[in-house]
Amino acid sequence: MPKVKIDGLEFDAPEKWSVLEVARFLGLEIPTLCYNEGLSAWGGCRLCLVEIGTGDRTKLVTSCTYPAEEGLVVKTSSKRVVNARKMVLELLIAQCPTSRTLQDLAAKMGLKQVRFKPKWEKCIYCGLCVRMCEEQMMAKAIGFTNRGNKLKINTPFNKTSDECRRCGACMYICPVCTVRCEGANPKDVLCGRCENSLQPTCIDINDSYNCWMGLKGECGTCAKEKLTVK
Amino acid sequence: MQTKLVKNRKDSDKIVISISSGTCGQARGSLNLVEAFKKAIKGRENKISIKVTGCHGFCNAEPNVVIFPNEVFYSNLKPEDAAKIVEATLKGEIVNDLLYQENNKRFTHFNDIPFYKAQLRTLLGDNPLIDPVNIDDYLAQGGYKSLVKALKMEPGKIIEEIKRSGLRGRGGAGFPTGLKWEIVRKQKGDIKYIICNGDEGDPGAYMDRSILESNPHLVIEGMIIGAYAMGATEGWLYVRNEYPLAVKNLLVALNQTRKQGLLGNNILNSRFNFDIKMAKGAGAFVCGEETALIASIEDKRGMPKQRPPFPAQQGLFGKPTNINNVETWADVTRIIDKGADWFAGIGTKTSKGTKIFSLVGKIKNSGLVEVPMGITLDKIVFDIGGGAQSGKEVKAIQNGGPSGGCIPKELFNLPVDYESLTSAGAIMGSGGMIVMDENTCMVDTAKYFTNFLQSESCGKCVTCREGTQRMYEILNNITEGNGQEEDLTLLEDLGKVVKEVSLCGLGQTAPNPLLSTLRYFKDEYLAHIKEKKCPAGVCKALIRYTISVETCTGCGLCKKNCPQDAIEGEKKKLHVIEEDKCIKCGICFDVCKSNAVNKITGKEGVLCLK
Repeated sequence: MPKVKIDGLEFDAPEKWSVLEVARFLGLEIPTLCYNEGLSAWGGCRLCLVEIGTGDRTKLVTSCTYPAEEGLVVKTSSKRVVNARKMVLELLIAQCPTSRTLQDLAAKMGLKQVRFKPKWEKCIYCGLCVRMCEEQMMAKAIGFTNRGNKLKINTPFNKTSDECRRCGACMYICPVCTVRCEGANPKDVLCGRCENSLQPTCIDINDSYNCWMGLKGECGTCAKEKLTVK
Repeated sequence: MQTKLVKNRKDSDKIVISISSGTCGQARGSLNLVEAFKKAIKGRENKISIKVTGCHGFCNAEPNVVIFPNEVFYSNLKPEDAAKIVEATLKGEIVNDLLYQENNKRFTHFNDIPFYKAQLRTLLGDNPLIDPVNIDDYLAQGGYKSLVKALKMEPGKIIEEIKRSGLRGRGGAGFPTGLKWEIVRKQKGDIKYIICNGDEGDPGAYMDRSILESNPHLVIEGMIIGAYAMGATEGWLYVRNEYPLAVKNLLVALNQTRKQGLLGNNILNSRFNFDIKMAKGAGAFVCGEETALIASIEDKRGMPKQRPPFPAQQGLFGKPTNINNVETWADVTRIIDKGADWFAGIGTKTSKGTKIFSLVGKIKNSGLVEVPMGITLDKIVFDIGGGAQSGKEVKAIQNGGPSGGCIPKELFNLPVDYESLTSAGAIMGSGGMIVMDENTCMVDTAKYFTNFLQSESCGKCVTCREGTQRMYEILNNITEGNGQEEDLTLLEDLGKVVKEVSLCGLGQTAPNPLLSTLRYFKDEYLAHIKEKKCPAGVCKALIRYTISVETCTGCGLCKKNCPQDAIEGEKKKLHVIEEDKCIKCGICFDVCKSNAVNKITGKEGVLCLK
């Protein structure tokens, strides 16, 4: 069993576990979007980033695809990670501000601004529907077409597919279709309605860990402390 | 078999006219030239013969011929010159008018020309001597000598030799080739694959095409050696379908190699079996990335996969796979032939051997240049390239293809090796080198390359897909005069995240054009944003054309040529441009003989560079 060190916790990971699985097993929170337990890991949304390595030789990788290797040292929420995640989310939310899933993530991660012009698109190309259709429904009725700024998820040749059984699994799993956020404000794109008033500040204070208590930023102690100081 | 190979290496004292006829030569009319030469030598075939070869590398001199054995070089030929050259050559004379000319000096011999003189053509050097569809020509140059040598060596020794030579991947990232091979060799399993990556998608880069169509056996030989060293059973040549000549020549070469018993079962009685298949790329830039290329061969959508597992562990069809670039495979053949010490003797401490660059853009002598690693950019641009066209100042080069970076003239004393280029914000990349002069706007350059990347991103990961689109959007805003100062901070933040976070090499290098121009030419960005000025006079929204009262002669040439009828004026009187009709195409600026049309930029109306 490969030994990994994740946010300071040493752990003997079972074979073939990903870093994300180890983190979740240990109760460490890593935001995900294009990941689903029942589907193969994709690594497209880049939200589950973690920092691996030590010293100067660290790099950011997606935890959903990275295997828990022998001797791996992982930080799940260093400043570098959090900043990168925020930029990723900023890009995503500017593309599709009406997704409740994205708005919730924004509130949770404390995203305060979106500096890009909103596109109001209806798809974020996370590929969940494509994998759902192929891997769970065994239909392979939809897929990616074209690339770059012309990328679409579509049936072959944009025609009604014989392979599609209209099971609706693609809609079920879509982070954009199913739960729409009605509160998105066209002016600043962020809705912010679900934001917890007690936002933890420990992410800003500690470089390596969410909270010195190891409580992954949910205890709210530091937020309360901040309030009393003020 | 070996003796047969050696027997083929015959030297002939017959005069040979070698006609450069790669894709670029053919575009400049070399096929007509071939016909003309065929006619001209009719009846005298016993004394003189012609050889249709691949590219000789000197694009500005196309179509050109080299006459062996004296190596006389004639450039920019027309079909009617053929008869003259044949007659003179048979008499032992030289046609002075057709010789290559530079700075009012004529050069007789191929190797005296400044463009060729400063090069070290270990890979390209044989091109004028080889008809790519004739294996005998390759054998005559010592072809497959390395394979014979390699098959007598222990596979481990070959890898040791490659490691000792210091060869690093020529596809761009510069991973040590020997190490890569060793990893594949150590993998368990009977089936292993090797792949030659010939998906050269960079605009303005064509060194791989040139090798594949001019000297295909050089690459095939390297692949067979590699396969033997790694224990691979099957090889794949992945070539762009946009390179029809390369595809054709490779297919011919593969057939010939099989007929000679150099591919297939029991190669040269060594009990080693290996064959090569070909896959044609469908035109996506991203398929040059290893994992996307593998997906493409597997008939899947060309999308990269997150590593690990690396292709060396789980590659094509889930088996251990080694991928090397065309140039790397060609280098392998030379290393086995001449030895690791010879190769390691060329170049710098960390980057060994030679590298081919395609020197293009606003440069006098454009073409393929093969230089030893560690040569300075100065030497490439000025000694080989002859500086910018028509007396302009060189401003910067863009190195490494669309995802490379711009290096300003002040850093031209930089040695060309993997580390120096990376530290300067560029990459070695595949070796595209685009020269830019003072009439190039750096913001526009960054916009151009970012536009290419935003449409070529596969779209799998957010940072590359959305990031490049947003970078383009902001850059476009700036060139249209709508930029804000805080845009620069956002661009920098975004660029850094895209670089760090993206899934594959495409995304990780996509911000390079932006970040490098922002690093070295921030003043140009600020001029666009603050003063609404484009100093180079490129960004249309920020320039306008006016006609000078003093110098206009009223000739009417501008009026006649204007596609918008935006110029008013009577004959012999001052002409005026109506700004609301003008689309800023610049035709009036180009056609005016008295230099009366001015290009101005900014609110105060500063003159742009001519």
